Amino acid sequence: MSSNVAIKVEGLGKLYRLGEVGTGTLSQDLSRTWARLRGKEDPFAIIGETNDRTTKGQSDFVWSLKDVDFEVKKGEVLGIIGRNGAGKSTLLKILSKVTAPTTGNIKVRGRIASLLEVGTGFHPELTGRENIFLNGAILGMTKAEIRSKFDEIVDFSGVERYIDTPVKRYSSGMYVRLAFAVAAFLEPEILIVDEVLAVGDAEFQKKCLGRMKDVSDKDGRTVLFVSHNLQAVSSLCTHGVYLQYGQVKSDGEINKVIQDYSGDKGVKYSKQVKIVSEGKRAWLVDVKCNSIDDNDFKSGASSLIEIDVMSLEEINNVNIGIGFNNSNDYRVFTLYSKFKSKSYNLVKGVNKIYCETSSLPLFPGLYNLEVFIGSDYETLDYYDKGLQIEVEHNFNISYMHVDSTHGDVLVEQNWK
Amino acid sequence: MQPAEYTKAVGAGATATTGQEDGWTEIIEPRTRLLDLGLKDVWRYRDLVMLFVQRDFVSTYKQTVLGPIWFFIQPLLTTITYMIVFGNIAKIPTDGLPQLPFYLAGITIWNYFAQTLGATSTVFTANAAIFGKVYFPRLTMPLSIVISNLVRFGIQFGLFLVIWGYYLVSGNSLHPNLYILLTPILLLLMGLLSLGLGMIFSSMTTKYRDLGMLLGFGVQLLMYATPVIYPLSRLPLKYKPYILANPLSSIVETFRFAFLGSGSFSWLNLGYSTAITIAVLLVGTIAFNKVEKSFTDTV
Repeated sequence: MSSNVAIKVEGLGKLYRLGEVGTGTLSQDLSRTWARLRGKEDPFAIIGETNDRTTKGQSDFVWSLKDVDFEVKKGEVLGIIGRNGAGKSTLLKILSKVTAPTTGNIKVRGRIASLLEVGTGFHPELTGRENIFLNGAILGMTKAEIRSKFDEIVDFSGVERYIDTPVKRYSSGMYVRLAFAVAAFLEPEILIVDEVLAVGDAEFQKKCLGRMKDVSDKDGRTVLFVSHNLQAVSSLCTHGVYLQYGQVKSDGEINKVIQDYSGDKGVKYSKQVKIVSEGKRAWLVDVKCNSIDDNDFKSGASSLIEIDVMSLEEINNVNIGIGFNNSNDYRVFTLYSKFKSKSYNLVKGVNKIYCETSSLPLFPGLYNLEVFIGSDYETLDYYDKGLQIEVEHNFNISYMHVDSTHGDVLVEQNWK
Repeated sequence: MQPAEYTKAVGAGATATTGQEDGWTEIIEPRTRLLDLGLKDVWRYRDLVMLFVQRDFVSTYKQTVLGPIWFFIQPLLTTITYMIVFGNIAKIPTDGLPQLPFYLAGITIWNYFAQTLGATSTVFTANAAIFGKVYFPRLTMPLSIVISNLVRFGIQFGLFLVIWGYYLVSGNSLHPNLYILLTPILLLLMGLLSLGLGMIFSSMTTKYRDLGMLLGFGVQLLMYATPVIYPLSRLPLKYKPYILANPLSSIVETFRFAFLGSGSFSWLNLGYSTAITIAVLLVGTIAFNKVEKSFTDTV
């Protein structure tokens, strides 16, 4: 029965213009209007391309989403996954009606509430109490609804003592707690949640995930959840959609979709960093992180990390350092050749340097690499941003349902 | 069975945003009808409108010593300044009226227009952060501005009434007449006109910021093209048509005529203002609707 369908997305597309909006837009607007008046297609939409941000495109226009089709059944929890820039946020924005699609349509049965961010519309001068009402109303609740849930909201947030203090005096943690508490008591038929759960302390995060599970299990509501946290996705969702370059790569049962996602080679590293060689004697060319038995970089598996360094000349006594930072940019651990009194003599050309660890001590998730190439006296090359890797779930080890409340480090353990 | 329903829904979607016949409560599409204000949606969010109004008031006067007294100080000081500069230095006549009620009447109603326009014209740019994160009918924002300025006007109007009453009792220089009953209509016209203009400006500034610059001093200059500081009757004949072409002129003039009894009133001029207001509101609505759906991409 089609009435079981809560959301139906058909041929959805969204065109974005890259670069600066400024000069040129007026003339483009005019030619666009002219084309529309003659009944022709938007002249700029034709030349749009799919959104692969790693290659330089030919045109200034890009399809952030193109021909996206999928359905969500009532009461289902849909997980939307994909790399950065795959179009997840754009899809959420369109679903939340924050921006309109360029092509296609979405049909919806039921009231939608979306949480792309918590605390939207909080006014620093207003008290906690006033902000609960304001924020609740922005999210679509009526005053009466908020009033009836007010005590529960305050209770959930745990900031009762400060409820009549302006929120500008709150600590950032209290602020987020209050903001999430309001959102947690929304009661729409369809709830859209972005990675807002990444904030707040661990205890609170757990509470929030629990609350989300309640919403779908007990109340039978439809939830759309977007996250990089594959653990959370796999434990919460029943159905998944995997987006790649703005198109649906895989759609179906959640574990299958997650496997498709983690099995995709070639999109493993997101190098948002531009490798700069200018003015350097030697520079980083590539980082490859693999498990020894296969190509995935898996939690708990013995792993091989390859650093490729291009050198213009022979350089002696070079040390290599690789820092693993978690998503909050805290250093989890460091691999540094100096720890083992090992240094390298670079030759002219590409040098491949390997580091092996017997067991990768990281939980699944995204990590940022910090790479240092240099000696005691000089830094040859250094990157601290943009090198992102994903540690995959290891099905050989039964560390199911690990979430960020368990920390980042996986310790070899034997229970007797 | 699916394909048949599918085509039906698509066909319906092209003309209506709600395809109730298929049980869909909502269809999200590239473009909506130009004149659809979504008032039903706004009505559902009426609590939000009132909360925005409340927020405006509470936040403006938090941490000020005088608080709401500022509502009175601003028009009073402006009036006194005008009395000195225009009344006593430039000696611009006031149609034989005492200067205080003459200027205050003009300023009170002009402020309503200027402040509403100023605030509505930045609706999109000032609220880009909220609008980019959550959907609620965008119209609630300009509506709440119109309402909170109406309340502000009400307070300043109270001040005007006190002074007006004093002059009424103490002398016979004021001659109020039955046209006072038109006041709600004047306010409605003023409110709708500033809403319409505000919607046009706020829609355009999402792409072309130049208009924001223009508006800043434009409103100030417009005041001189409206009989706020001078009576319409003292205008040289050759300028009169231009000043009357300004739809605000007859509103201000009628307001002053009704309460003070000097100046002129003409149904024709007021009808002209009404027509312009409706036209502006129409254009504003179209512009606002067009921009509201995708302005987050250009702002």
